[in-house]
Amino acid sequence: MKPPAFDYLRAESVGDVLEGLAQRGGDARVLAGGQSLMAMLNMRLAKPKLLIDIMRIRELRQIERKGDAVVIGAGVRQADLLAWPDLAETLPLVALALPWVGHMQTRSRGTICGSLAHADPSAEMPLALVALGGEVLLRNTRRRRRVVAKDFFAGMMLTARADDELIEGISLPVVKGARVAFREVARRHGDFAIVACAAMKIPTGVRLAVGGVADVPTASDWPQLEGSALDDALNTFAYELGARDDVHASARYRRDLVRMIGRDLIGEVLQ
Amino acid sequence: MTRLKAEQRHAVRFTLNGKPVEGEAEPRMLLSDFLRHQLGATGTHVGCEHGVCGACTIVVDGMLTRSCLSLAVQVDGCELKTVEGLAPSADRLGVLQQALRRNHALQCGFCTAGILMSLDHYLAKNPAPTEAEIRDLLSGHICRCTGYTPIIRAALDAAAELASSSKETSDA
Ligand SMILES: Cc1cc2nc3c(=O)[nH]c(=O)nc-3n(C[C@@H](O)[C@H](O)[C@H](O)COP(=O)(O)OP(=O)(O)OC[C@H]3O[C@@H](n4cnc5c(N)ncnc54)[C@H](O)[C@@H]3O)c2cc1C
Ligand code: FES
Ligand code: FES
Repeated sequence: MKPPAFDYLRAESVGDVLEGLAQRGGDARVLAGGQSLMAMLNMRLAKPKLLIDIMRIRELRQIERKGDAVVIGAGVRQADLLAWPDLAETLPLVALALPWVGHMQTRSRGTICGSLAHADPSAEMPLALVALGGEVLLRNTRRRRRVVAKDFFAGMMLTARADDELIEGISLPVVKGARVAFREVARRHGDFAIVACAAMKIPTGVRLAVGGVADVPTASDWPQLEGSALDDALNTFAYELGARDDVHASARYRRDLVRMIGRDLIGEVLQ
Repeated sequence: MTRLKAEQRHAVRFTLNGKPVEGEAEPRMLLSDFLRHQLGATGTHVGCEHGVCGACTIVVDGMLTRSCLSLAVQVDGCELKTVEGLAPSADRLGVLQQALRRNHALQCGFCTAGILMSLDHYLAKNPAPTEAEIRDLLSGHICRCTGYTPIIRAALDAAAELASSSKETSDA
């Protein structure tokens, strides 16, 4: 199908975007890489009156190291971040997860922040943001605010972003010498995850974050558990995520994957 | 800041395979439709219009792009490359195109334009790809006819031929 009619605004500055959003609120949509939004327009799942194209704004295209964090602007495409020479050293978890986001032909256009704004429950970047405890940098005409990952995702494709706010960027903490692991099961490489897991060693033990099961990516921190104590913890977590049956997989299969992949990844980061 | 009204047609100008082109589009017109219906460049195919099948893949400013997930007005001033730009002349096929033909890498040909664009773009940057890399690249395309194996063979074949021909020129 074809998109419904809308006005198109090619923004040249962040001010242009914020003004457009302030004027039209819920009737306006930011157009970033278009890899989710354009499909939704073609299917008429979204019918905005105004599209605000942010991809010609140079100041949003920065990847910056700021102290113990990396700040990624709204105009940074997934392929740009993958090609960033410091990625593996500063954000090893993102380096592992990003190649799983769609295909080379969609990463070339899709942005990091667009994936977070879209908030698909199986998407890899929201999972990485939650696992790392990153922050989303929001801005409207009146104020700027930062929202931590676990408060940002409010439900399936729902976030804490207000209609008049632009995600200006995100901030991801750089954890020195972090031990991380990532694994995903999907129908084909590049399809949305049936289950995706990220594990990270933390000072008090280990963190496991899971995407594709609950409505939002969910992290849980545990002390260093072993044997049956670890099995029990994984089993409880798998049930707490409230898996549902859908066309891709049964709830039971999803719980199984959480237990199996979780155990493997925790073993990997703690060894 | 440029604001284009929904109900009006707006001038769109860009470079297509090295030549300047122009036409008119409402903001909602997809780039794939603009290429095919406004410019008559029907080499780019349209399958799903969801970004999934890859038939409409082209190159915009050096980026692989689903033309069904782009608006015509978005590419104003950009440089586009489509399948029509691959052959060295009207009556000759390029190395990659010949390799697909030799390896029976197409039947109906519906997917072929998009696959050619992905492979052409990828091989230019990665002249010595592995089979695994080609498979990963092709995950962004759906072909209902060939089962992919001959496409992979053709890609590796083309890479080898391009490598040896560039070696010859550099030796010369
Ligand atoms: C074939 C295919 C396979 C895919 N597979 C995966 C996958 O496996 N995993 C995955 O995670 N994704 C996948 N995707 C989606 C991914 O490619 C998108 O890039 C991503 O979901 C959205 O990013 P975008 O920049 O394209 O955003 P857009 O599509 O432009 O926007 C998406 C939404 O976010 C909003 N938005 C975007 N940027 C901002 C901002 N800065 N501030 C406020 N709102 C904003 C838009 O208004 C819109 O509502 C796939 C897409 C395709 C076509
Ligand atoms: S028509 Fe564009 S990806 Fe299928
Ligand atoms: S040749 Fe028919 S779909 Fe690929």
